[in-house]
Amino acid sequence: MTGAADDVILSVKGVSLAFGGVRALTDVSFSVRKGSITAVIGPNGAGKTSLFNTISGFYRPRAGEIVFGGRNLAGTAPPERARLGLARTFQNIALFRGMTVLDNIKLGRHAHMQTGLLDALVYRGRARREELALRAEIEERIIDFLEIQHIRNAPVATLPYGLRKRVELARALAMRPRLLMLDEPVAGMNREETEDMARFILDVKEEWDVTILMVEHDMGMVMDISDHVVVLNFGQVIAEGSPATVQADPAVIAAYLGAGDLGRRLSAPEAA
Amino acid sequence: MDWLFLTEVFLAGLGAGALYAVTGVAFVLIYKATRVVNLAIGEILMLGGYAFFGAAAGWHLPAWIALPVAVLSGALVGAVVERGLIRPMLGESPISVFMVTIGLGSILAGFVQVVWGADPLRLPEFMPSAPIFLGEAYLAPKVAYGFLAAMLVLAACVSALRFSRGGVALKATAADQGAAYSVGIDVPRVFSLSWIVACAVAAGAGVLVGAIGGISPTMGVFGLSVLVVVIVGGLDSMVGALVGGLLIGVVEAFAGTFLGGEYKFLVTFSIMILVLMLRPYGLFGTHEIERL
Amino acid sequence: MRIGTLKTSYAADEALFDTRLQKLLLVLALVAAVLFPFVASPYWLFLACLCAINVASATGLNILTGYTGLVSLGQAAFMSVGAYAVAVLEIHVGTPFLINLLAGALVTALVGIGVGIPSLRVKGLYLAIATIAASVVLHFVFSHWSLTGGARGLSMPPATLFGVALDQPFQLYWPIMPVTVLMVLGAANLFRTRIGRAFIAIRDRDISAEVLGIPLLRYKLMSFAVSSFYAGLAGGLWAYFFRVVTPESFPLVNSIFYLAAIIVGGMGTVLGGILGAVFMTMVPEVLKFAAGMVTPFYPDALALLAPVRTIVFGALIVGFLIFEPHGLAEIWCRIRRFFHLWPFKT
Repeated sequence: MTGAADDVILSVKGVSLAFGGVRALTDVSFSVRKGSITAVIGPNGAGKTSLFNTISGFYRPRAGEIVFGGRNLAGTAPPERARLGLARTFQNIALFRGMTVLDNIKLGRHAHMQTGLLDALVYRGRARREELALRAEIEERIIDFLEIQHIRNAPVATLPYGLRKRVELARALAMRPRLLMLDEPVAGMNREETEDMARFILDVKEEWDVTILMVEHDMGMVMDISDHVVVLNFGQVIAEGSPATVQADPAVIAAYLGAGDLGRRLSAPEAA
Repeated sequence: MDWLFLTEVFLAGLGAGALYAVTGVAFVLIYKATRVVNLAIGEILMLGGYAFFGAAAGWHLPAWIALPVAVLSGALVGAVVERGLIRPMLGESPISVFMVTIGLGSILAGFVQVVWGADPLRLPEFMPSAPIFLGEAYLAPKVAYGFLAAMLVLAACVSALRFSRGGVALKATAADQGAAYSVGIDVPRVFSLSWIVACAVAAGAGVLVGAIGGISPTMGVFGLSVLVVVIVGGLDSMVGALVGGLLIGVVEAFAGTFLGGEYKFLVTFSIMILVLMLRPYGLFGTHEIERL
Repeated sequence: MRIGTLKTSYAADEALFDTRLQKLLLVLALVAAVLFPFVASPYWLFLACLCAINVASATGLNILTGYTGLVSLGQAAFMSVGAYAVAVLEIHVGTPFLINLLAGALVTALVGIGVGIPSLRVKGLYLAIATIAASVVLHFVFSHWSLTGGARGLSMPPATLFGVALDQPFQLYWPIMPVTVLMVLGAANLFRTRIGRAFIAIRDRDISAEVLGIPLLRYKLMSFAVSSFYAGLAGGLWAYFFRVVTPESFPLVNSIFYLAAIIVGGMGTVLGGILGAVFMTMVPEVLKFAAGMVTPFYPDALALLAPVRTIVFGALIVGFLIFEPHGLAEIWCRIRRFFHLWPFKT
């Protein structure tokens, strides 16, 4: 599915990536429709996180291009991609441990603020107005929405895992994203926490008008909430389509059950 | 060009460089085993020089007893420091541990000054003083014997690392502490031993350095040159310490002779900056790939 | 117990001093600072000025090392840049006092940016070592450049402000103290805004900082610039205070002193920079006093002062890192917490 250009927010075209001689991604192509929830699934080491890191701009693909909102991202550094509206969370949570929840969320807005060094040193006029406006917006839109009022002044290091995931989502929302990339948003969560997170993700899509691209292992959740699923194995797209189509695809079943290629999978290098 | 003179400068540089190399190896040993950048290595070296002085001049012991006393006192300091200061910092950021060693250097520098005073001292002579000629080139006897001793220690260190059980344990610990521990290597013991051996080696080097140039509470500055050596050679490479030590020794000798003594630091530190910019992991160090 | 601190606006919650008690203490401290020169002896005024200069420099280093996580052993060398710049301007150009200070700080900020350039490629310990190298190079330049007077250094006339020559601690206190207060306030403000948060983000996890839209090199260089601006200003004040600047005025040991100050005070808190610098400045004085006390019984005590001071500095660094890694600022917070719960918890 390629779709009309104005309907697609992100398209990955023929991306290949290698570390030394190890091929992490081979000719990966897919696109993400505006306003959808797209999930990337695949066995461990399939290259899902490498794909995210390539879209974020940490890795430079050996071939292919990534187009976001009609703009080719080649040569665009990660901070610039953030400014364009590309937000993400990390598999192993990348919050700033020494800061409070509030400061972590405030950091999300960094790229969209104007305060310069001299303004900051005196904290008058623009710096002050901007900081107070940000505080109000975070309180009223993000903290209320994600139900984390009670921990706003807590240092991140003291929070339990599930809440940290939620704070990371809050920070990503503060980035005013157009595309939100979630790397295993419910990994390690129990049933109840997973359901909460799934509800938040759906609400983000509906209320914030944000497109979502996620990597996830929890098949139940992926099948429940995604509009479109891309399956990676050994760095290649082996299937894509609606959750139902993908579930019935023999190649996908083979990849997950490892029919016949278990040995190959075990010997394949971890690329993620 | 006067080739004879150049050769003499070169040989003198090699002699000084051998001492850098051996101290560099001590530094690398600690870094390999514990990932600690020990900025106090110069002060531990200084302590070795003073321990020799205390034994030889203070207690009037002959040199062949005073030398082991100096080496053992280095080993003792290594053991105490590892157990008392470094072990409690396990798991803290490398920067904090680095700063602990800076504090340690400061303590040691103050200590020798309290015990032996602030004035520079000369070690009692203990090496043969007959002049040495290589071909026609003159070589100061102390420098020559220092070079020989340093090379012997280096060879001992390298072969111990390559062939002994302890050496294998050290390499395993350097590669992966958790994995080494799980296959039955006593990692804490490797930590202790590496500090003990390294500090003993550094203290021994201190005796040689002191014999050539005298001892003073500011002798720890030697550690700054060693820092240059290991950065140039690579923090985790014995070969790097050897090559880097000889290289920096020779460069210092030429800079000192042709530009003036005050240019030594300028030249070597400029080389270090260059290496940091072009090859931050050094000429022979392991290039660690950073993962997200 | 803490009562009556209900906040009704976000502005109140974001304020630096948010309780009435804090505001009261602040006013009292300001009044004390203004009255101090009229009651204190020249010795105490001298110490107050020295503390203030060290607070300014330590706060600068704290911005770079404590908040941004870039360890520098070059703070003293940066101070020397400011001091020399001010001395050269005063002697050769004759521009006014405050302009010299500002120009010296700006020059230092530029040098700081230059030293910071390797910071994108090398980090952590390697960067600390690069700053040592920069100190060596700067020391060499100052002791060989004719403009800076070579090894003999430069002697300066006293500063003049509004026609008054500032040659006594009493006069120097008036510019030094306010400048330091402003610098500390500036640092506190910085960490209420996006710039300060970006610094902390770089310290805590620099790769994910990039994903949030923080260009690493730009902010690392900015941190170097601010930090060395502070060092340069402190160095300029130092030059006017001692009126002699030589290559040996700012040895590597002084850089370790400032690092020790922020470790002892508490890295990554503005309060820590203040407490640490004052504490470390007072330690030698306390030792001097103690040496004076024991001299009647042990006549050599004064001779041992310098090495004992070295030992105490080292021991403070080691001791705080092992036993109280968050420094005096953390101890202060514990005391505050105690009084928040007092008298319920005793």
